[in-house]
Amino acid sequence: MSEKKQTEQDKFLAPENKKHTVIGPDGEEIQVDPLNDYFCTDLPKVEAPYKGVLEKFLNWARAESLWVLSYGTGCGSIELPPLFSPRFDAYRFGVAMRPTPRQSGVLIISGYLAVKTLKRVIRSYEQMQNPKYVIALGSCTINGGMYWDSYNTINRLDHYLPVDVYIAGCMPRPEAILAGFNKLKERIKSGNAEGANEYIEKLEWYKANQKKIIKDWNMPTYNW
Amino acid sequence: MNELIDHIKARFPIYDVIESQPGQIFVSLEASKLIPMITSLKTNHGFTVLVIFTAVDWIEDDKFQITYVLNNPKEKQDLGIRVFIHRDDATMESIHHLWKHAATFQRELKEMFGIDFPGSPGVDDPFLLEGWDNIPPMRRDFDTKKYSEETYFPRPGRETNDPATFMKQMLYPDD
Amino acid sequence: MFPEADEQGMPVMDLDSQKYIKIWQGPNHPGVTGNMSLELTISGDEIMHAKTHVGYLHRGFEKLFERRRYIQCFPTCIRMCVPEPDINEYNLARGTELLAGIDVPPMADWIRMLVLEMARLQVLLRMVPGQAGTIGLGLGAQWGLYYRELILDRFEELTGGRIYHMYILPGGVRGLLPDGFKDRLEDNLKKVESFMKDIDRLIYSNAVFKKRTKGIGIIPNDWIEPYGITGPVARAAGYQTDIRLDYPYLFYNQLEFDYNLEHESDVFARFRVRRKDVDTTVDLLRQIMAKMPDKGDFKAETPNVLHWKVPKGETIVRCESSRGEYTFYMVADGSMYPRRINLRGPSYTHAVAVLEKLLINANISDVSPIMVSLATCPPEIER
Repeated sequence: MSEKKQTEQDKFLAPENKKHTVIGPDGEEIQVDPLNDYFCTDLPKVEAPYKGVLEKFLNWARAESLWVLSYGTGCGSIELPPLFSPRFDAYRFGVAMRPTPRQSGVLIISGYLAVKTLKRVIRSYEQMQNPKYVIALGSCTINGGMYWDSYNTINRLDHYLPVDVYIAGCMPRPEAILAGFNKLKERIKSGNAEGANEYIEKLEWYKANQKKIIKDWNMPTYNW
Repeated sequence: MNELIDHIKARFPIYDVIESQPGQIFVSLEASKLIPMITSLKTNHGFTVLVIFTAVDWIEDDKFQITYVLNNPKEKQDLGIRVFIHRDDATMESIHHLWKHAATFQRELKEMFGIDFPGSPGVDDPFLLEGWDNIPPMRRDFDTKKYSEETYFPRPGRETNDPATFMKQMLYPDD
Repeated sequence: MFPEADEQGMPVMDLDSQKYIKIWQGPNHPGVTGNMSLELTISGDEIMHAKTHVGYLHRGFEKLFERRRYIQCFPTCIRMCVPEPDINEYNLARGTELLAGIDVPPMADWIRMLVLEMARLQVLLRMVPGQAGTIGLGLGAQWGLYYRELILDRFEELTGGRIYHMYILPGGVRGLLPDGFKDRLEDNLKKVESFMKDIDRLIYSNAVFKKRTKGIGIIPNDWIEPYGITGPVARAAGYQTDIRLDYPYLFYNQLEFDYNLEHESDVFARFRVRRKDVDTTVDLLRQIMAKMPDKGDFKAETPNVLHWKVPKGETIVRCESSRGEYTFYMVADGSMYPRRINLRGPSYTHAVAVLEKLLINANISDVSPIMVSLATCPPEIER
């Protein structure tokens, strides 16, 4: 990273993330640069899918156990708890809620994304393990919906993250979300859901779009 | 309520007294007299609750209207106080010492309208926006549609119709 | 253990001294209500400093209203509070009527009251068992969601929508009740009543629940007016407030009910106030169904909504939501577009000023019970 960019980034950093000196237990001074010391700065590589029966078997296994990150980013999150309640019961489709990105494979963007949330969503998405899929709920993720002229919500999600399935509606009913899960399963089984690899192949384009609207970019380029 | 207005009128130069609903009165006041007046209302007349604290941008008069709505929970009365300040050097006295949550309102007004409240705790911290580098968005000269189209990659194919002309075309195409 | 203070009275906490750790609760956290986050500085288990961060749901509604006509504001404004959208519809409709001087037929007011109480019931069915969900008793929350679906079914039958209804419009409502609607609602109310008995057995008399919630998050009585605390949180401290009784709107003055008061002002007291609110709401729904007329005019004449010029003026409209006082401040400048619509919901103070103060010296495991008991709803803070 160039010197100028570094100072620009420093402007937005929280005080504990700036370069500073820590005094150790024996009185020695330790230089700490949290952004470089605590995060992995390498960029990820494309993982080519296996071929033949093995990939088919893996895709079947992936499709039948979709673990969703329980991150309610917008209005649509009000329809997610009923999805796991007795009436709609998404568990019978192999869909389960997980509290942390490290354990989950599906990111549901439930509605509009404010710029401040987009930053956290990108971070959550990059922390998830491959293979990972994105479901976008609601018309706000497709073209901005009713917030198309708002100064703080994005219009098209596919410019920032690779989207596998869109579910239209404002907000989509739980039945529609279940149909969306089925669509995602078909897509995974047919081997087309390569969003994670697509994200890495076009990383420069995605990052340029993201940095265009997140003006206080103060994290590493790729958050592992 | 009218006794109260007469009482205030004797002590403070209020004008534009309008009763918008029964038990709900709006008055206008000079900005410099605001703190003495609401302190007196709070301590002597039982207006102990701050309900609304917001601003309106009258760009054609080059003024910000700051509205304080105080509520008297015992008498069930509302009193709205309008204060006008200039848009160019928008500064107002802080009331965080009277109500604890006034600091939150002032943080939002600073961010959304650019009205400064010197001395209010945390007034410069960002509240709703992050990394905002344009003019404060709630000012009327900020065009949200233009900003959105320039920044957020609008999906092509979306047309905006003025509803009145659109419906006229639909209903009376021959006119 | 207390941190030292600097000249401005802010605590100085040196994170490198290893006495204090800074952790974030939210925005991606199962225990946080909605999409908001708390920046906590802890020492051991104890919270030394808390700061609320909001803005993750900011859509700039108040800016968008400047570009929309009065009728176009309706689909936008109901999204300001996602769990209970009808209070937004009612407030905006009432404010527009007051500014334009339109009288609403009584039938429309009765139906509005029915819709508002149904909305309150469906929120409370999520919120009352949800209080136990924050300490790990998720069973009641699962049951509650099922009974909430029953009320949502009635909404779907009445309005066509599950969550967003768009039923209350300026001048009245969109239609009359369907045939047999009251019987089906009465059926649902009976089911809800029997469910509340289960909840009493499951949660109310649960020793662990009592132990975890009694004496936690106490709001002193002298905070209520300086902090602007309203609704069930204020009623749990013994403060008499209920907009339905204090400033009767619609036909609430024709119904019989009373303040649900508690005096301990801890999390358990707030839970008990909400539990009593469920009974009150069920009772009110029955009273409304008994007293409302069968037929009548449900919509007053309004000007053509596409070019409706509302005369110049300003007004405040308030109603009681399930969380507290919900106020709109509307300014019209005589054009087709509203000049300013400002919302002040109860969470504006509950989730920022009160929560930051209440969490100091609390245990870190009590954060989500306290947050849920304050019923913080981020969309109405950020709009």
